[in-house]
Amino acid sequence: MNRIDARFAALRAAGRTGLIPFVTAGDPSADATVAIMHALVDAGADLVELGVPFSDPMADGPVIQHANERALARGVGLARVLAYVREFRARDATTPVVLMGYLNPIEIHGSGRFADEAKDAGADGVLLVDCPIEEIQTTAPLAAAGLARVLLAAPTTAPARLAAICAAAEGFLYYVSFAGITGADRLSMDDVRARVAGIKRSAKTPVAVGFGVRDAASAAAIGTFADAVVIGSALVDRLAASKDAADACRRAGEFLAPIRAALDARAESHVA
Amino acid sequence: MDMKVEDYFAYPDPHGRFGDYGGSYVAETLMAPLEELRAAYFALRRDPAFLAELDSDLRHYVGRPSPIYHAERLSKKIGGAQILLKREDLNHTGAHKINNTVGQALVARHMGKRRVIAETGAGQHGVATATVCARFGLECVVYMGAVDIERQKINVYRMKLLGADVVPVTSGSRTLKDALNEALRDWVTNVAGTFYIIGTVAGPHPYPQMVRDFNSVVGREARVQMQEQFGRLPDALVACVGGGSNAIGLFHAFLNDRDVAIFGAEAAGEGIATGRHAASLVAGRPGVLHGNRTYVLCDDDGQITETHSVSAGLDYPGVGPEHAFLKDTGRAQYVGVTDDEALAAFHELARTEGILAALESSHAVAHAMKLARTLPSDRLVLVNLSGRGDKDVHTIAAREGIDL
Repeated sequence: MNRIDARFAALRAAGRTGLIPFVTAGDPSADATVAIMHALVDAGADLVELGVPFSDPMADGPVIQHANERALARGVGLARVLAYVREFRARDATTPVVLMGYLNPIEIHGSGRFADEAKDAGADGVLLVDCPIEEIQTTAPLAAAGLARVLLAAPTTAPARLAAICAAAEGFLYYVSFAGITGADRLSMDDVRARVAGIKRSAKTPVAVGFGVRDAASAAAIGTFADAVVIGSALVDRLAASKDAADACRRAGEFLAPIRAALDARAESHVA
Repeated sequence: MDMKVEDYFAYPDPHGRFGDYGGSYVAETLMAPLEELRAAYFALRRDPAFLAELDSDLRHYVGRPSPIYHAERLSKKIGGAQILLKREDLNHTGAHKINNTVGQALVARHMGKRRVIAETGAGQHGVATATVCARFGLECVVYMGAVDIERQKINVYRMKLLGADVVPVTSGSRTLKDALNEALRDWVTNVAGTFYIIGTVAGPHPYPQMVRDFNSVVGREARVQMQEQFGRLPDALVACVGGGSNAIGLFHAFLNDRDVAIFGAEAAGEGIATGRHAASLVAGRPGVLHGNRTYVLCDDDGQITETHSVSAGLDYPGVGPEHAFLKDTGRAQYVGVTDDEALAAFHELARTEGILAALESSHAVAHAMKLARTLPSDRLVLVNLSGRGDKDVHTIAAREGIDL
């Protein structure tokens, strides 16, 4: 069983909600990323999403756009991201890592070459923001190498497309909780709950919910119905002002721990 | 790619693909609005009432048909083939851009969308969008890079006079590509009531096809006018290519006329070898940008690179996917024209014919002059004079050290 499936199976067995933090590789500094990943795991992350910097992150809001720009200014691109994953894997053999980004860097690198290198480095899945299911043939080399192709679904996704996405999802399905860019503040919990319930009935994978999750309260609310909660912009924002790698790790832990606690408190009360 | 194409009019396929290029490479949240737009557009493009409405506005508001003018003095001076100019510069607002914005504004109205967004680089598409929004009573928001706002103050003011809200974009390189990113973000966030008027034949399906359809009136007219005025089709077509909307507008009607040679002039800036250019087809490679697979200018890490051209309208690191297809099939040839060559052509046309061409169009004129020199005097080279140069006089003066 691959690391993503194993992790979700363990979560399910324990009755826990998964916690998936997102950080942009190379931000807030080029030497902090691997340490931050470990700090996130120590603070309760079940899976780490690592953003691959891109010059034109058209689906991202200002926080992650600027993180991308800063990372690129530090020279962090795809090659460096793979090196981070390899370094992370040397100390952590079990926490799944999903790379999140845009197609062009992977296409220019060569999809087949990227797939082999990413797998070899220890990545488990890839989420390509600008590759909807209509273009999924583009990423066939990723699947061939054994990387999960994580797909997105949105509130605006029509029923027929949603069925196709649920059928094709690998690893987990990432439900974008509202129509908008990352980090915007437009979460309507009742809408999200109703949609996720429908998706969970037809998806063959667990369903993670993200976009607009800011804190322990919103994460815990989503945790009542989602298999996992993704938290990105708020974390990237918190890390941005770090003084150094140690400070970034401290901030990452302080940010994530209360969210973990809130998710687990709900799980315990549910069990009790 | 070695590909035998029988009928160029059969492209794109229903997924918006021109061979390997095109498609819909966008975030999931955009798939629904794109589907809504495709449904509306593919119904309207065959609807006689819609087409009559469009034709009426093209005639009475835009001022179509635009003439084909035989640049006799220029041709004589060059001493080769005859250079003919398709005068898109004579359209309302001074360029071909309005052919597309009138069409898309009509689509927006049919879809019941009251808010229009657009991206602009030099400001020409922004002005053309603000113009039709005023004409149809639509709210208009134009995204423009902060760097471009500084460079193009007059067009910014024109847009404001027309009632548009111009929003500065401060991310990335703060130019056209970033304005496009920001417009896409706006669309994702405000999908319900908003129509996005893309200004060129790029972006996700159906934009490359829809923008082509609206601009291809240029080539359809030209094909008829050539028969009327010269009794035959031209031997060659030349147009400048940034995103490529004026070029595809001229080329499309002629794609199946295999005896008509087709040339696209890209901005070679300070020279391809310097790296300071915007020649995606000449010097780029296939990739994915702004919702479509096409040739892009990027580094070995896949990061989109900043471009350079004296003409802001050609300053774009991608190109429409149909051009990528025409390049690979060999149906069209794409060449680089430097800033200096374009400026020389600008002056030559001004002095021999009394026409101030846009700097963008001057790239096409420059290549037409090169081509004409190699051909006998009975050959006909048709150039898309896509815009007028009034907007560029400050740029030209500054470049030539003149303080206006």
